[in-house]
Amino acid sequence: MSSTATTSVRQPIYLDHAATTAVDPRVVEAMLPYFTASYGNPSSLYRLAAESKGAVDRARSTVAEILGARPSEIIFTSCGTESDNLALRGAAMAARTRGNHIITTPIEHHAVGNTCEQLARDFGFEVTYVPVDRHGLVDPEAVGRAITPRTVLVSVMYANNEIGTIEPIAEIGRIARRRGIVYHTDAVQAAGSLPLDVDALGVDMLSLSGHKFYAPKGIGVLYVRQGTPLLPIQTGGSQERGRRAGTENVPYIVGLATALRLAYDHLEAEVTRLQALRNRLIAGVLGRIPDTRLTGHPTRRLANNASFVFAGVEGESILLQLDLAGVAASSGSACASSEEGPSHVLTAIGLDPVAARGSLRLSLGRENTSADVDYVLDVLPGIVQKLRAMSPLYAPSAAVAGT
Amino acid sequence: MYTPTVLEHFANPRNVGAIEDPDGYGKVGSPVCGDLMEITIKVADGRIADIKYRTFGCGAAIASSSMASEMVKGQPLEVAAALTDEQVAEALGGLPEAKMHCSNLAASALQAALQDYYERHPEAQPTESPSEVDPGPSNGAS
Repeated sequence: MSSTATTSVRQPIYLDHAATTAVDPRVVEAMLPYFTASYGNPSSLYRLAAESKGAVDRARSTVAEILGARPSEIIFTSCGTESDNLALRGAAMAARTRGNHIITTPIEHHAVGNTCEQLARDFGFEVTYVPVDRHGLVDPEAVGRAITPRTVLVSVMYANNEIGTIEPIAEIGRIARRRGIVYHTDAVQAAGSLPLDVDALGVDMLSLSGHKFYAPKGIGVLYVRQGTPLLPIQTGGSQERGRRAGTENVPYIVGLATALRLAYDHLEAEVTRLQALRNRLIAGVLGRIPDTRLTGHPTRRLANNASFVFAGVEGESILLQLDLAGVAASSGSACASSEEGPSHVLTAIGLDPVAARGSLRLSLGRENTSADVDYVLDVLPGIVQKLRAMSPLYAPSAAVAGT
Repeated sequence: MYTPTVLEHFANPRNVGAIEDPDGYGKVGSPVCGDLMEITIKVADGRIADIKYRTFGCGAAIASSSMASEMVKGQPLEVAAALTDEQVAEALGGLPEAKMHCSNLAASALQAALQDYYERHPEAQPTESPSEVDPGPSNGAS
């Protein structure tokens, strides 16, 4: 009750962990020596360089262990987008004498989607987008049916960034393996929530981004299974076994490995805690705000993702009101992301373009508490009500367009 | 990304609502594009006696609706007829470039409402410079 009138003095509640996370202080601490003390270039020969080379080797082993992979299969990159680019462009280009067909989904992150588009537009590839159902789920059998003799690559995200739906990665992996096709998954949103064992998932390539799991922005990983043909897209020195040239970003590599270790040491407890908060958030929002729909799968969804569409209101105005009330959140709406058109994910799950405008994504994280959920449930109904009262598109209990 | 004036109008929008039995009605925008505005006006003694609007859209759309309504309420019709989207944006201390075209529709919606009023009341149509009203948003634009 104390929260209702004191919005301006509250600390902001951060509910946008799917966008990025704060760096864990333990991660910062682990990184610091590699900026000023152990700053040697890992490729050099003196002892100072051995310190940074040792740090990179240890980080590589840590990441490999969590992925159930060999250290030699881990490539450090500058971000998740680079990992996706290297995976898709690298594998497609390496295979282009054998085929020119790529299978993916319409709900991938733009790092995958726009790379596929470029491969099609400028390099003669054909791309099949296997549709998703109204919950955003891909049907593994449909992926199997899309495979042709010219298919060289399948890329399906592990979990969706907007609606949190978890895809049947292992099932698709079995199909891809049976047909001998290279299989990539963008696991950027899954990291820190779901197991990353590459053999259990049956993937040949897997992308990670440090800043989604409390490491800094500017560091990513691409796992590439031994024997997977990959044409480097960044050429130069022989770093990363010649697959990604450029001096290793030693402190950030150390930071990513430290953060991944912290996340997977406490995975189960944190996932259980976040699921409980998320379930209360979802139930509270649906219970208190009429004409609201949960987007994404009701159960097969990331532990921290609660995403909705509200009839008759526009997403950015909800975000701005939440910001004024001290809550940082996100929307797939065009105005909020300054892209053109409504969210490609929300239209792919069958929402009409107007309904897709009223989207809100709340993504929980490590520092969120039960009180944060209470506060959001306290302020959000009034915000939606206020915006609906001034909307020419809202009539109470009008059907949500697209449902 | 928004000026303090935009945020202030967004947080406390003036003149929200719909006038029953209005003298003029204007609707501009497209919900598919994310912005839709409806303006109703009452006219008395050659002035905008009352103005109310309902807006579906982003912060810029709501703030520009609010600002435009304040700028013309109580003003003579000729003053209202001369209001442009650019002037509304200027009064808000500016809008982000991406918002200038799709979200800054309040003056255009007002011109549509005035057009509707003049169609219902041809006798009120200004005689000296009809071209100021007729061409609508394209008048003097860009």
